[in-house]
Amino acid sequence: MKKLAALLVAPILLAGCGSSEQPPAAPSGAGQPVTGEVTVFAAASLTETFTQLGKDFEAANPGAKVKFNFGGSSALAQQINQGAPADVFASASPANMKQVAETGTVTFVKNKLQIAVGKGNPHKMASLADVLKPEIKLALCAEQVPCGAAAKKAFEVAKLTPKPVTLEQDVKATLTKVKLGEVDAALVYETDVSAAAKDVDGVDFPEAAQAVNDYPIVTLPKARNASGGKAFMDFILSDKGRQVLTKAGFDTP
Amino acid sequence: MRAVRARVPVVLLIPAFIGLAFLVLPMVGLVIRAPWSTLVDQLATAEVGEALRLSLICATSATAICLVLGVPLAWMLARTELPGRRVARAFVTVPLVLPPVVGGVALLLVFGRRGVLGQYLDAWFGISLPFTTAGVVVAEAFVAMPFLVIAVEGALRGADPRFEEAAATLGASRWTAFRRVTLPTVAPGIAAGSVLCWARALGEFGATITFAGNYPGTTQTMPLAVYLALEQDPDSATVLSLVLLAVSIVILVSLRDRWIGTRA
Repeated sequence: MKKLAALLVAPILLAGCGSSEQPPAAPSGAGQPVTGEVTVFAAASLTETFTQLGKDFEAANPGAKVKFNFGGSSALAQQINQGAPADVFASASPANMKQVAETGTVTFVKNKLQIAVGKGNPHKMASLADVLKPEIKLALCAEQVPCGAAAKKAFEVAKLTPKPVTLEQDVKATLTKVKLGEVDAALVYETDVSAAAKDVDGVDFPEAAQAVNDYPIVTLPKARNASGGKAFMDFILSDKGRQVLTKAGFDTP
Repeated sequence: MRAVRARVPVVLLIPAFIGLAFLVLPMVGLVIRAPWSTLVDQLATAEVGEALRLSLICATSATAICLVLGVPLAWMLARTELPGRRVARAFVTVPLVLPPVVGGVALLLVFGRRGVLGQYLDAWFGISLPFTTAGVVVAEAFVAMPFLVIAVEGALRGADPRFEEAAATLGASRWTAFRRVTLPTVAPGIAAGSVLCWARALGEFGATITFAGNYPGTTQTMPLAVYLALEQDPDSATVLSLVLLAVSIVILVSLRDRWIGTRA
């Protein structure tokens, strides 16, 4: 218990020193407790893990409140550039991160695509080529969003041309179409499949290994609560944060 | 023109101008920020033409459906004494207050492949509405129909029912009276309602992307194209918005003059 408390407190102490951009290796300096509201813009695929981590962060910092805005990384990047009040941005791809911040970004997890299918895999899908069968309705993310970019890459690697019925605006919307049974298959992240395990099954395919998405996180230069943002980011990068993320199926870099 | 022009009270004029500015300024913003230098190149892309064509076709089809179903519905609400009429009227306004995305989810639950009715459509006829152009029309009609029904019902209530009664005493059947007397009387209301309905359908986003999905050429209408363009290339989103704005203004203004007339 003491160990856990130390783990939780360490990033808060670190937040006080503030200047380093990389995850600090050793605790140093006396910090102040994190207070106020921390606004976090995060990729839709982080919905479950970050919601959990937000609660843990609030529990460890009674004065802090974490507010989330989940959505397609490209939409979030756009909102931030238009002046939306975000302290932390966690993107599902480096490309969308680049639209917002060039420096201070840290890759915290990686995610891999899976074929999401109905419970019990009724169409017996086993490979990426199977989603191209004429009787299969396929949903993909739009190319603008990271999961769509990754799907495009996977199909290129496999030298296949997909015929989706829809290009959805974020990964959760894509998965919902499988959950509702409106499509037979969709390319989404492994972690989204696990999060929806009671409604969908996931099928691995080898090409996914060549379309892995890096997730960068950053405390934004224009953050209103920079110390809180930094503390939350450090919390995500802490062992506790990694534990929650890997448990959900994310790979650590 | 009236001969005597009343003095306009300033108390009304000031908020009126503020209101007008409030509505017009965002459009001015679009025009100012539009990337005029690359405008032609942006417009020349195939996707823009495709999305615009699809938008016009779908909005017009949705309006046609709304006319066929909505005018009789408005008549029923305004002229009959059927039980449950008040409840029916309340239900007609539901799509107005419902967030369109919720409308889209509701449509999926009914007409989707596993939906209450959709599963039979799929099993018996092999019809599946989501991800088809027909699905876009259904989503737009759902959201836009109340505009037509409310406008036509208002017109019917304002029309004098004694003309219909007179027609009936002269031996016209109820259907003939409706066709030859009622419809011409409320024609301006129907025209105004159709224009509102069409405009609402043209701008429809939430129900469409939820129910019909987003695929260029089949379900990607202009508002969907604008939304996705905004995520990657705000300039092209501005261009698309301008196109949609220009086309809708041209059509609405020309229809307004022709159908509704300026009764001064």
